[in-house]
Amino acid sequence: MSGAALIEAREVSCTFTVSGGFMKEKRRLQAVSRVSLRIEPGEVMALVGESGCGKTTLAKMMMGLIAPSEGTIEIGGRPLASLPRMEIARSVQPIFQDPYSSLNPRRSVGSIVTQPLRVQKDPDPETWRRRAEEMMEFVGLPQRLFNHYPGQLSGGQRQRVAIARALVNRPRMVICDEPTSALDVSVQSQILNLMQDLRSELGLTYLLISHNLAAVEHMASRVAVMYLGRIVEEAKTGRLFDSPCHPYSEALLGSVLTPDPTLGIPDTQLGTSYPNPLDVPPGCSFHPRCAKAMPGCSVRAPRRVPAPGGGAVACHLHDEGAALDTVS
Amino acid sequence: MAAAPILEVESLNVAIPVPAGTLHPVQEVGFRVTRGHTLAIVGESGCGKSLTSLALMNLLPPRAARTAGRLALDGQDLLGLSEREMADIRGNRMSMIFQEPMTSLNPAYTVGDQLVEAERRHRRTSVTAARDRAVWLLEKVGMTGAGERLRQYPHQLSGGLRQRVMIAMALMCDPDLIIADEPTTALDVTIQAQILHLLADLQREFETGLILITHDLGVVARLCDRVAVMYAGQIVEEGTARQIFRTPAHPYTRGLLDCIPIPGKTRRGAHLGTIPGIVPSLVGSMPGCHFADRCPHASGACRSGPIAFRDGAGPGHRYRCVLSLPSGPARPDPAP
Ligand SMILES: Nc1ncnc2c1ncn2[C@@H]1O[C@H](COP(=O)(O)OP(=O)(O)OP(=O)(O)O)[C@@H](O)[C@H]1O
Ligand SMILES: Nc1ncnc2c1ncn2[C@@H]1O[C@H](COP(=O)(O)OP(=O)(O)OP(=O)(O)O)[C@@H](O)[C@H]1O
Ligand code: SF4
Ligand SMILES: [Mg+2]
Ligand SMILES: [Mg+2]
Repeated sequence: MSGAALIEAREVSCTFTVSGGFMKEKRRLQAVSRVSLRIEPGEVMALVGESGCGKTTLAKMMMGLIAPSEGTIEIGGRPLASLPRMEIARSVQPIFQDPYSSLNPRRSVGSIVTQPLRVQKDPDPETWRRRAEEMMEFVGLPQRLFNHYPGQLSGGQRQRVAIARALVNRPRMVICDEPTSALDVSVQSQILNLMQDLRSELGLTYLLISHNLAAVEHMASRVAVMYLGRIVEEAKTGRLFDSPCHPYSEALLGSVLTPDPTLGIPDTQLGTSYPNPLDVPPGCSFHPRCAKAMPGCSVRAPRRVPAPGGGAVACHLHDEGAALDTVS
Repeated sequence: MAAAPILEVESLNVAIPVPAGTLHPVQEVGFRVTRGHTLAIVGESGCGKSLTSLALMNLLPPRAARTAGRLALDGQDLLGLSEREMADIRGNRMSMIFQEPMTSLNPAYTVGDQLVEAERRHRRTSVTAARDRAVWLLEKVGMTGAGERLRQYPHQLSGGLRQRVMIAMALMCDPDLIIADEPTTALDVTIQAQILHLLADLQREFETGLILITHDLGVVARLCDRVAVMYAGQIVEEGTARQIFRTPAHPYTRGLLDCIPIPGKTRRGAHLGTIPGIVPSLVGSMPGCHFADRCPHASGACRSGPIAFRDGAGPGHRYRCVLSLPSGPARPDPAP
């Protein structure tokens, strides 16, 4: 690949400590382990995976909100750790899951939308109001709402306020952590349509974190699948949804509930040995739940290899070299 | 098999005084939930789903007033109960999984303390026994290292883990009826499938009735026996899942079904269907159909007076609209 990625994570890890109980040792919780992810300008990169697998933690590291315990993040080829906060905020902006708690109830819509300009000490205060109103119009918020408070808005309007705030300073990239999960389907489809339009009109790049795989399939150009702190598969959207390679990706896509009343809840085939980030299994961390596990899987961690059909996968099934190793 | 209703609701209304007048977020709502069965309530944000469930639990905000023709749990009238008697039923025979886990989990107590308390408030169990049950339930809802998780505070859990703590808490006392308000929205689809299996197993084993409030029409189609579609405070359509998905009759229901991307049918990146317009204000009274301002078929008849229910495509299917049943072909099942 040529040129600098818009944002790139290189082998980043994040560890939290958790109390082990009275007089017991503190334990380490590995939320993200050695993840590498490269996002090119103009892409919609989706991050999917089990709840608790570290998606939000990874996103926070990519915005500089949490420092990685290992590894580096680069924005436009420069290490994030060396950039001033303001500059990060000018490149990357978040839209969070909950439009109810992510907006300050005591601030008017106008004040919320202009906040990034204030915080970043934008040199041109006379234009703040006009720019905020432009952005509000852009995301479909009537200007009469400028002096309203979040409590007076519907869920969809609040999420539009959050989007206007994220975009007012024209960042290059937006990290959307479950942008529509708190919204009903008709508002959700409006917001997804809006995100598509903004992408083509403003040339935005998105990192989209979502459990809604129908929305991911609809929006994303590439998808990374996370499991227990690691990226286990990464591919173009069409390839991943048509022929997932990693057994976890397969289980994940097999659990999507299309609205078909003649079908029941699918069996995930994953068993009930749920993953525990406090006690990560040796070898491939997915092996206790994997229907296709081989003897070597509990011993050796799989490496990331090119996947058939494109992209990359970390699974011994797709790594010829490793399969031979386990036999010998 | 006419199973006994575990919950009967007739003519439920909620009124809340607001500066502009009186808000009527729940109007003449009625339904039944049978033992071992699931009723889904779907509808646009703000249409009154959460207030309906809070009204059933008698947990409405202080100034809200509830009236109902009938409200009975397993034949027992709930309308005449004192707050103390009701508190005995809540979390015990009838429990609720709230929409916003952070507002109902206490940030100052560990997960374990809150789960143990949920059972010991109603049962004379020992702390150890309650703790064992908490661990068992947390494992059932897919939390490993449950023993350690009990010592964590809510803010130390991911969104999905908090939601599972809420689900475990609602199940601590084996209730007869569970009201689940968006129980799986913060969860990935594999965990969602496992939790839905768990709810279905519990239902089969204990004949629990379940009211599921959700925006996820996939969950509704796959799990629920009956569906009530709400719009602006009223039930506008009710029927079996098959009736609602195959032969939706109300224009709102039909618009709703067009909003969801269906893999293989909706072109990637294409615009999704939306329902233009906004929900009417629920302050004061509205004579005609609440959906009229957004409905592509609205006529004078729609605005002149209350709209009665009509019979839909089969037994138990009804909808509130002046139009006769759409004559076009039934919606095909989406490609599997
Ligand atoms: N401040 C913290 N202290 C301790 N553990 C934490 C903290 N924040 C997150 N964790 C743990 O790190 C892991 C990953 O959490 P994260 O929020 O990144 O998950 P997620 O993939 O975003 O999940 P979800 O889909 O449920 O939002 C979880 O096990 C979580 O409990
Ligand atoms: N305490 C309150 N005081 C005044 N109005 C309220 C109060 N609680 C709710 N409402 C209003 O009542 C209506 C119904 O609210 P409810 O919470 O039942 O909606 P909902 O269908 O659950 O929506 P969502 O899908 O967004 O959760 C909304 O218009 C809401 O703004
Ligand atoms: S009653 Fe009239 S306005 Fe209401 S849904 Fe039916 S056709 Fe539309
Ligand atoms: Mg998260
Ligand atoms: Mg609600």
